[in-house]
Parts: sequence; structure tokens; C-alpha cells
Amino acid sequence: MHDPIRAGLAAGWKHIDAATLGKGQTVEADVVIVGSGAGGGVTADILSASGLRVILVEEGPLRSSSDFRMLESEAYPELYQDSAARKTMDKAINILQGRCVGGSTTVNWTSSFRTPPEVFAFWQRHYGLRQLSAESMSSWFAVMEHKLWVRPWETPPNQNNKVLAAGGEKLGIPIGAIKRNVKGCWNLGYCGMGCPTNAKQSMLLTTIPAALNRGATLYTRLRAERLRFSGGRISALDCVALRPDGIHPSGKRVQLRARHFVAAAGAIGSPALLLRSGVPDPHRLLGKRTFLHPVVISSAVMPERVDAYAGAPQTLYSDFFLHQAAIDGPLGFKLETPPLHPVLYATTLHGFGAAHAALMREFTRVNVVLALLRDGFHAESQGGQVRLGRDGLPVLDYPLGEVIWEAARRALLAMAEIQFAAGARAVTPVHETAPLYSSWAQAKKGIAELPLKPFLCRVVSAHVMGGCGMADAPQRGVTDHRGRHFWLGNLSIHDGSLFPTSLGANPQLSIYGLVARNASLLAAELSGRPPPLIP
Amino acid sequence: MIVSRRQFIRTGVAGSLLLAFSGWLNAAGERRLSSEERAMLAAVAGALLDGALPPPGDERQRLLALTVDGIARTIAGLSLASQREIGELFGLLVLAPGRMVLAGVGKPWREASVGDVSEFLESWRTSRLALLQGAYGALHDLSFGAWYARPDTWEAIAYPGPPRGYF
Repeated sequence: MHDPIRAGLAAGWKHIDAATLGKGQTVEADVVIVGSGAGGGVTADILSASGLRVILVEEGPLRSSSDFRMLESEAYPELYQDSAARKTMDKAINILQGRCVGGSTTVNWTSSFRTPPEVFAFWQRHYGLRQLSAESMSSWFAVMEHKLWVRPWETPPNQNNKVLAAGGEKLGIPIGAIKRNVKGCWNLGYCGMGCPTNAKQSMLLTTIPAALNRGATLYTRLRAERLRFSGGRISALDCVALRPDGIHPSGKRVQLRARHFVAAAGAIGSPALLLRSGVPDPHRLLGKRTFLHPVVISSAVMPERVDAYAGAPQTLYSDFFLHQAAIDGPLGFKLETPPLHPVLYATTLHGFGAAHAALMREFTRVNVVLALLRDGFHAESQGGQVRLGRDGLPVLDYPLGEVIWEAARRALLAMAEIQFAAGARAVTPVHETAPLYSSWAQAKKGIAELPLKPFLCRVVSAHVMGGCGMADAPQRGVTDHRGRHFWLGNLSIHDGSLFPTSLGANPQLSIYGLVARNASLLAAELSGRPPPLIP
Repeated sequence: MIVSRRQFIRTGVAGSLLLAFSGWLNAAGERRLSSEERAMLAAVAGALLDGALPPPGDERQRLLALTVDGIARTIAGLSLASQREIGELFGLLVLAPGRMVLAGVGKPWREASVGDVSEFLESWRTSRLALLQGAYGALHDLSFGAWYARPDTWEAIAYPGPPRGYF
């Protein structure tokens, strides 16, 4: 298998693994970008295409298809924050987030949705973001869909997804097909461990190689520590190099100087960098309103093999339950079917001992449906807050309140009903005291009475958003609609932390589209060229 | 487990004192698992994985040792903040007062039965203290993660492993 990353490195890409630095250094560029995920990748591509000298800073390692061996034991420690076990402050929510070149786009499940129109409408009403709408953004989404091969997925869904389709059909719940950003996908089902065939059009394979081909510099295993600023402008970014383990600081320091700085470290990393730097925040908004699409999970044992580890994950979805009430009413939820692999499933599954082992023996017959709760619209769903822990590393405090649990119960009921309608032999919500229900009637009664509390009910997340929200005025947000910081003239934020609420959809395409727009506006400003004609 | 208010307060106070103490003990940073920690983890994993493990004997001991090795590798890959918290938890559990007061396990870990350890895990799993529930979650995820990361555990769950030979 051809590895375009190794080929690029051999051809002379400027990649500096900070773990190998023998001494500290100071380097200058036009723009420094912190983070190489959905936001950083698109920004590096667009700015470098305008002739700007770009430095990308990534805390994780550079890994590519030759390294992606479809093994959880390798992928989680190498490619994910905290070995795929990042937790909220109280440990009640597990967060899957990438930590490698390409960020979460290297390990996501390729689901691609445009930002829903009703979300833009809500942002216009509540945050004054009149420039952003489904219409004004449609060209930017189209550009990124074209560039990243976002297309309908023509291959038949795997058995795991077919369960969602079959149950939905029985109950009259509309099920849709998810577009995926893949080119020549082999339908293996191991997207979460890095694509071994270079089919997934992640930042690792697209925008970052484009920027490197234009002479951009990529630092890896380099942690952005602090922005230095005075008089409303940032002068430098202080970074610490990590050892080859990617965890311990090596003691070497790198200072990066530039005309402009872009924070694209994700919705935990970006607010944390700004908090560590002590940037002006007179309205105390930084790090607040952080959203997760909290996910609850329903596990079913089907009569036949499902083999949920095989075949493209998450190819079908339902938004039926997002549209049962007003957007700011009781929380709606999106249904999808994740891939299952032994470590991911065994650690997520509740209980232990003989009961756990018995469920694991059904592994190949298990179907799992998950519900992403749309947080941040209801008045009582204010999300969480990024704070700094010891060592200045971020912690996310996300309290799970009553509005979340009310929606979680509806979601667990809806998923169990769908699974039984599809022929499930037994269903269990992933919950410490839930039994294995053998009929819908039994599940309906049981789930209605289930105590829903942190730790008892398993809650996970793969979508961290908010914390540096956009708005029309500094009283309501951290940046304007272009992602420009309200207080520091040469600071932009280009990632999911910009979203003033969650989305109710997997966020990658929302980040690509918004950042493509904002990076294009920034490129015009910095290069002195006319702004792009797309509105 | 139904915990009386008095017991709850006692556990809470004792727990925070012990945690503060064990935190101090483990403040030194990177280190290998001690033999006490390995014994504790073997006992914990032995209860969590009961049903997946073979019956008592050499083979079970060998597989538990491999699991503890896997747990050590996982911990070494966590952030420093997580490593410190895990270190505090382990430091607490290997101290006799921590084991007896917080876990309610009277015997040393090497001698504790699967039943003893399961009872302790069950009490933390359904505890009213978030600290203990979170600690149970860490032990659960570390043990099951280390077990199912190993290809020799896949046959029992009929998982064929990733596709091979096409590359």
C-alpha cells in the first residue's frame, strides 16, 4: 500500500518531530496554527495557497497508513487523547478525541452532515450571527464536500446499520443515509483506528499534504503552552517539546513568532490555551458553554450474526427524534450505529464477572444503537466548562442535569423499541443496573423506572464543541462570526469551539465549511488580495 | 449496597484523608507498578474477568499476569494528570487501611477470594460517592481494556480480528 505521507517526508516535507530536538529554538512565520485537525488542516491549506508562510503545531505524533494496523492496542494510545479514555472532571463521561496529525479527522467514522438550517437560525436569533445561514454557507460546504470527497455511500449498509433500518421501517421512523468523506473505500470498518487504505479523506491525507507541498512547516509532539501578548496583539507562542512517549515534556522549548495566530486545538484544547495565556475575557465567557452531544447507548442481541466490527460504520441515521419538539424544548436526539471492536465494546459495556463475560460471548450478534443528545439549546442545557487543572492541563466539568436525563430516558426507550422491532432477542441499555430485557413490553416498563444518574448510566461523547463561541458582540461571545477574537487583533479561532451551541449532527463538515470561509477571509486580509467572491 | 449515613460520612472523610496521603506518596511521578500494586490488580482483574478467565490454576495466573502487564502499559500511555490520579487510587488500595476501610476487603489482596473482591467492586459500582464510582470505572476500563486488547482473547467472543493478507 502506497503511503503518501512517507513519500512526502522522503521528498523533503518540513516536518520536525519536537521529541528529537537537541536544543530549543525560535522560529518565525506569517501564521502559526495550533492543532492539525479539521480546523487547523483547512486553515493551513488555504493560508499556504495564498503564499503565506505557515507553521502547524501538533501535540500528537505523525502517523500514516503504514502504521495503521487496525489494532485497538496500538491505535488508542497512539492516536487518541488520553488513550481514548479522556474523561470529564467527575469521570462520568468518556470522550473520544484524536491526538495525532489530522486530529479527530484521522480517527473519526467519516459521517458528514452540513450544519442543520435550524441551528443557523438559532444562532442568528440568539447570538446575532446574521452572516451565517444555510444559504450563505452552502458554497463553503460544497467546496469542502468536493475537496474531501463527501458523497452518498453506495455500498449496502452493514448488518449493524441494517438493524436500525429494519426497526425504523417497522415503526414508521424515517431512516436516512449518511454521506461519507471517502474515496475508494474498502468497506473494512476500521476507520476509528486510522484508515489503512488511505480511502478516508481526512486532513492527514488532503489539506495537510497540500500545505506541506507548498513549504509549510509541521511540528509534532510539540505542546502549545502560552500566547505572549501586549497592547492587544500576540507576539509569540511558547511551546514545550514532548519526549518520544508523547506524554512527558522533554525540557526543550520552542518559541514561534508570527503576524497572526490561529487556535485550532479543539474545543478543549483551544479554550485551555487561551485560559493559560490569560487573554482578556472581561465577560467571563471563555471555556464556558462547552457541549458534547452526550451519547447514551442501547445494546441488542440479535438472532443472527451482526459482526458490527466489519463494514463501514455509521452509514444510516435518524433525525426523527430531533424534530418532535421545538429546538429549545426537551432535548432532541440523533440516532446512529457505531462500529464495535472488542476493547471499545468491553470497556463501554456495564457490569463485570460472569454477566459481562456472557454478553461478550454474544459479541458477533450484538447490534448497538446510540443517541446523540442535542445539548445547548434548551435554557437549562448550558453545557460544561473548560478549566485548568494542575500543570495547566485542561479539565472539562460537564454536569449531567435533569434535562439531559429526561432526554436520555426517551432515547433509551426509542432505541430499545427499534431494536425489538428489528427482531432483537434481548436489549439492554448500557447502564449499571439495567437487566437484559427480553421483550419490548418488559423494556418499556423497565427503562421507565431505571434510575438515570452519572456513572449508573453510561454516557460517552465524540463531539466536543463550544467554549469560544461566536457572537455579534463581546458580551455574548469570545469571537465574531469570522472567528476573530474580540480582544486580540491577530488571534483567530478555527475549530469546533466556535459553535455557540451543539449541532445535532456530527461536526466535521460544519468545521470544514466554517473554517474554509474564515480562513479565506483571513488569507485575503493577510496577503492583501481581494476577499473571496463566495458571500 | 445500601450505605448508612454514618458509614457514608466515615468513608468520605477517611477516603479524602487517605487520598491526600496516597497522593503525597505518589507525588514522585513516573514509576513502575510495585509488587503490591500488581497483586491488587491481579485480584481486581480476577474478579472483573471471572467468567472470561479459566478456572483457578497456573493458566489463570499466567493470563492475569499478562493482564496486569497490559494495564501497566495502558497507564504509561495516559496523560500525566490521569497517571497521577491512577497512582493515587492504587496507592490507596495497597495500603491496608485503604483496603479495609474503603474497599472493605479484610484479607491481603493475594489471599482475597473472587467473592471478597467482587463484593468490594459491587459496592463501589453502586456507591453514592462519585469518587468511588469513578474509581470503579477506572478499574473496569483498565482490566477489560487490557484483556480484550490481546488477540488470544478474541476466539472466546468469535471475533476473527482485523482483515489480513490484502495489503
